[in-house]
Amino acid sequence: MEKLEKNIKIDIEEILQDLEKYHTKKRGWIWRKKIPNQKIGPFIYKQTSQSLTESQPLPAAKYFGNIDPQPDCIMTTEIASGRFEDDIRRMRMAAWHGADHIMVIRTAGQSHFDGLIEGTPEGVGGVPITRKQLRATRKALDLIEEEVGRPINFHSYVSGVAGPEVAVLLAEEGVNGAHQDPQYNVLYRNVNMYRSFVDAAVAKKVMASVGMAQIDGAHNANATAREAWKVTPELMVQHAINSLYSVRAGMPKESICLSTVPPTATPAPCLSLDLPYAVALRRAFAGYKFRAQMNTKYMESCTREVTVTHVLNSLISRLTSADIQSTITPDEGRNVPWHYNNVHGTNTAKQALIGLDGLQEMVELKMDGPLGEKVREITERACLFMEEIISAGGYFQAVEQGFFVDSGYYPERNGDGIARQQEGGVGVNTIVEREDDYFAPVCHHFGYNKLPLDVEKECDLIDGCTLCDPKKIIWIDELDENDNVHKRLAEKSAEKAQGLLRPEVQWAGDGYFVMTLFLPAPLRIAEFAALEMVKKMGLEDGEVIHKQAMQPAEGTLVEVKARMPFAIDPKTLIIPEEQPLMSAEEIREDITVKKMKIVAATVGEDEHSVGLREIIDIKHGGIEGFGVQCHYLGTSVSIEKLVDAAIELDVDAILASTIITHADVHRINMRRLHDLCIEKGIREKLILVCGGTQITNEIAQECGMDAGFGRGTKGIHVASFLVKRRRELE
Amino acid sequence: MQRPDDFSERRKHLAHFTDEQLLAHFWQLTCQVVDPLIDLAKKHTSPSIERSVLLRMGFSSLEAQPIVKIGVERGLLGKGLGHLVWRLAQLKNIEIREAGLLLAGGNGWDELESYFAAKGGA
Repeated sequence: MEKLEKNIKIDIEEILQDLEKYHTKKRGWIWRKKIPNQKIGPFIYKQTSQSLTESQPLPAAKYFGNIDPQPDCIMTTEIASGRFEDDIRRMRMAAWHGADHIMVIRTAGQSHFDGLIEGTPEGVGGVPITRKQLRATRKALDLIEEEVGRPINFHSYVSGVAGPEVAVLLAEEGVNGAHQDPQYNVLYRNVNMYRSFVDAAVAKKVMASVGMAQIDGAHNANATAREAWKVTPELMVQHAINSLYSVRAGMPKESICLSTVPPTATPAPCLSLDLPYAVALRRAFAGYKFRAQMNTKYMESCTREVTVTHVLNSLISRLTSADIQSTITPDEGRNVPWHYNNVHGTNTAKQALIGLDGLQEMVELKMDGPLGEKVREITERACLFMEEIISAGGYFQAVEQGFFVDSGYYPERNGDGIARQQEGGVGVNTIVEREDDYFAPVCHHFGYNKLPLDVEKECDLIDGCTLCDPKKIIWIDELDENDNVHKRLAEKSAEKAQGLLRPEVQWAGDGYFVMTLFLPAPLRIAEFAALEMVKKMGLEDGEVIHKQAMQPAEGTLVEVKARMPFAIDPKTLIIPEEQPLMSAEEIREDITVKKMKIVAATVGEDEHSVGLREIIDIKHGGIEGFGVQCHYLGTSVSIEKLVDAAIELDVDAILASTIITHADVHRINMRRLHDLCIEKGIREKLILVCGGTQITNEIAQECGMDAGFGRGTKGIHVASFLVKRRRELE
Repeated sequence: MQRPDDFSERRKHLAHFTDEQLLAHFWQLTCQVVDPLIDLAKKHTSPSIERSVLLRMGFSSLEAQPIVKIGVERGLLGKGLGHLVWRLAQLKNIEIREAGLLLAGGNGWDELESYFAAKGGA
């Protein structure tokens, strides 16, 4: 496979072929190409980057000539289905929507694995990061980035007790960015603090050697602390320790990205708490990069609520700055993210950032007032925190005394911080002092390294290291003959070979889908009733993933996921053929030769006019533009009046619009129109066309119309039909 | 430790700083915290660090694992496992890869120990 075809699925089996020989040329992080004052469609954008060659624009783009402006910052999506072969398909979908930083979540437990994992075993809540998984994914991303026309940064984690080895693996396999923060290991993974810091310096220098971007781990304090906004002084401290430690290990500032989250969410007045923190951080860390993450701390199962929170987070990014805008899928509060929700999460950020384009040219942060005072206060509190670390005897003593992730707003202390023992944790007593004759004959090795011979570069001693010569990398394929990607793909291949179709949310053909029900019953009854309904429908593994009272007695909104126990064969479907469109020129020519006249109205008690006017109006590309003479009668016109006008004006066609569908009034109107035309003896020579948001061609024809047009219809569709139908009638 | 928010008391020595001075103070404090940590890292190694060296030398994770394990057991981590592989290759006049595989298989360790003992005694 040299290149992806837009209309052909990515072939995972082909990606897996000849992997041992595949070496990506990708090295290091690539930022987007910013284009200030970029003209896209009719608009000038202030904060966008080079457009994609292939992309899936936002749904409303169809009203704007299908433009798909891309924000100036990198956009992240986190993917973690447990099976990397399914993640690859998801990555392609996300890339088409504008994600160019693909972060692969590691399987639970990998951070305590003292060594590398090999092969492609299935993961839990993420995928095991292995050479084969990385290489296959990078190979796929190389194809995907070629397809969309923008580099894609591939991201993993350099944490846990195997940090230095993982850093080498990632550098060798062309991974572009990684999380690395020794504090994360200490606080959240209980890795011994000495081991964590000693390993981190080596890992960071290896990362720096290939230009990888580093994301720190401070944001985890937000997610852990009870009241997330109170840890802001500590967050500055954590960012500072990792940032400076990274610089000292040899990483350039512009590769060091602070992972920062607006700590609060509604119903708190979140902007008043989040904005001062965001400003304080950007002032204190000038020269570093900012990875703006979205809030997960207060995420519940309502995807609407989450989306609003994330839009507010994007507002903070636009009011301050973001080099990387990370996204969180709206369903993270319910389940392991589903693939289409990676697209939704990406689009939430893209839509918000593009909508807020150029904001800082119009509004300015008012530092002279509460904002400036709070920025100062957070910074002072962070200084005091740092002072107390020093007076406690240094970082290790401070950790042991439980300084970090205390729920108090520093210097307030509640005594509930995470305390770790200096002589404890995973990997305790495993660091060893380097002796005088210590050396490592490889490039980019941090720390004391006394080479025995005078060589130009370290690896000359061994005739080249893997960072200089990828051919030296030893390939390991699979270690487990049952738990591997080939077995998983084979399981599905029978159904795949028959071309059967099932819904899916996470893994190929998993059968899961979601149903939204409103039940006029209280919460608990609604929940169990929904599950019973799922059973009665013959569905499997029903699970309520969201429930929300609309009013304690009146009813509950329930969303249930379930598995469909059957597959569909698309070959057996009867799919009406799409009518081929005539060209604009052909339509015009036909109407110039033989005039066409129509009468149009919104029928019944219905005041909607926009849709019909769009179809008619020359300004909107309507049928007037093709030379059709149009008589528009307005809204709430009776069927009788419309038919009378048709007779009086001697038209070729009636265009009726019917938007309201209450009590099936749209069907009644269409049938009445058809019947009345028969009564008046004009049906045979007249074309009857009906349109509306709920109309389909099938419904309209059932009700006696010649054609029906629904959402997304343009003038040319109607004009093309009218000309063709008139030819048929002649 | 439990402590009420005594910020207004505690901050008194910071009050006279300009914003720029305050940030300079913050970073100067950070240096004081970080410098001993980076110094520790310079002078130490770990099993994972040594495995990362062996990976870079062209050994697989499966080969690096036993080399480091035995190196730890024999108290030789402080020499650097890459050093040991290189040294054995020198002593036996063999390729680096061959030397590493010998060590992974539990061979060549006594020879290395004798070499270092002799060198130490000299």
